[in-house]
Amino acid sequence: MSNNYFETIRAGVNTTFQDKGRNNLYHIGIPFSGAMDNRNYLLANKLVGNKLDLPVIEFAYQGPLLRFYGDKINIVITGDVVFKIKQNNKEIDGNCYETYELRNEDEINILSTNKSVYGYLAISGKFDLKLQWGSCSINTKANIGSNDGKKLKNEQKIKISKVNENINKKKINYQNSKIENIRIIKGTNFDYFSEDGKKIFLEKKYTVSKLSDRMGMRLEGPKIENIVNTNIKSEGLLKGVIQVPADGNPIIMLSDHGTIGGYPKIAVVASVDYDRLVQISPGSKIKFKEIELSDAETLFKLYEMETQNLISQI
Amino acid sequence: MIKNISNLGDAALYCDFGTEVNKQINSEVIKYFNSIKEKNIEGINNLTPSYNKLIISYDLRVTNFSEIKDKIEKLNVIKAVKTGNKNLEIPVCCDTSFSLDIERLEKKLNLTKKDILSNFFDKEFFCYMTGFIAGLPFLGDLDENLRAERLETPRVKVPKGSVGITEQFANIYTFESPGGWNIIGNTPLELFDSSKEKDPNLINPGDTIIFKQITLEEYKNYNE
Repeated sequence: MSNNYFETIRAGVNTTFQDKGRNNLYHIGIPFSGAMDNRNYLLANKLVGNKLDLPVIEFAYQGPLLRFYGDKINIVITGDVVFKIKQNNKEIDGNCYETYELRNEDEINILSTNKSVYGYLAISGKFDLKLQWGSCSINTKANIGSNDGKKLKNEQKIKISKVNENINKKKINYQNSKIENIRIIKGTNFDYFSEDGKKIFLEKKYTVSKLSDRMGMRLEGPKIENIVNTNIKSEGLLKGVIQVPADGNPIIMLSDHGTIGGYPKIAVVASVDYDRLVQISPGSKIKFKEIELSDAETLFKLYEMETQNLISQI
Repeated sequence: MIKNISNLGDAALYCDFGTEVNKQINSEVIKYFNSIKEKNIEGINNLTPSYNKLIISYDLRVTNFSEIKDKIEKLNVIKAVKTGNKNLEIPVCCDTSFSLDIERLEKKLNLTKKDILSNFFDKEFFCYMTGFIAGLPFLGDLDENLRAERLETPRVKVPKGSVGITEQFANIYTFESPGGWNIIGNTPLELFDSSKEKDPNLINPGDTIIFKQITLEEYKNYNE
């Protein structure tokens, strides 16, 4: 056990520990959770020389202000994030995808995510965390995961159980691509909606509502008319499923989603676009584009190859 | 039997067992659920059984729709339903501070609170599935005369422990959560314990439940 730790001088808006999430628990009501933007999660771990499935700190909008106590540690921020590093009482602007060495009482101040939602902080080592079902991922809804299943608070200690010394400084050039067109596959209840409703869904723009979080993304825009039934017999949900409740405004299920729901499923977001979907901030517009299953499978393979290429360059 | 298999997005199979809700169809779903679990098929990372559907999620990095569909179609389904189902008694307090929607129900069903509750507490319930939030059981079936629609506008926060009814079903909110069911009471019993990783849910599909009415005094003393 090392004596290294961070103190959260400011916790940030929604700061949690996340990793790859937990499997095989939908049937008891527990979703995957895990890092929202998987690619940025993997890149963070790789840059600090960790195994790719270690816990990281995920933050949304305004991140934490952390002070390090200990000998030294390397850290990295991934995403599209504005932050400052205070080393030896001198403050510098930080760059994402570039590691920094922190010494005793140095600080990292994560000011904001830039026209995006989530960012990641990884350390060269291991946070001292309790796992549940093999994962640290915090699900604040059911108080599952490390930190008693709650988001980080001000003035709390984040203990570090192991530090990897002798890590070389690393850096990659990577720019997060933004998308406005979200590719979708027709859902199991696509035909519950009128011809006009379907057309509206596939042709009009929707605005991401402020009422979006790790559970779901609510959209506002032209109403989608249901001509069959505004409820279905409750059944399983997945991340990426787009439900349309009686009010006609679509909701996209995200990583901490409820596992069962009773609203018709108009579509499902293609896996290839999930990482970029979750980064679309409230107030932004999105538009859906229908693709076939076989295209979705191919596109995901290409996206996955691109991720693996980035990782292998580090 | 599965009537139809389709894709739900690019990372899940949607197995349709029919449109009705009854114990027989639900036990078919559970048989498939248990058989697939036992088989440990590579790439499958989640199963969601519900009244009459089974959703099979898989890791698109490892497998794909046609591979999993093929394996499910060739699956040998275990004949016997898993035993070990429990009979449970759940204490519920229906003090006016807990029965948030009783007046709405009295009007909608044209029954008195006394009639609604005596019917509800006389009934034996069957657990069809758990989920939405961790450990929340979906129970059935209510008598015809107690069947009401969901609230027109769902509550943003339903208190933890709330017992709700809608259509032919009853549920228990294991955590504070948004929800649109008609709330008739509250249980002091913890239904989900995340420290028990093997078996965190008190109520599991196939279990039989009866509710027992308790006074506010008994409710307050329950966890002491």
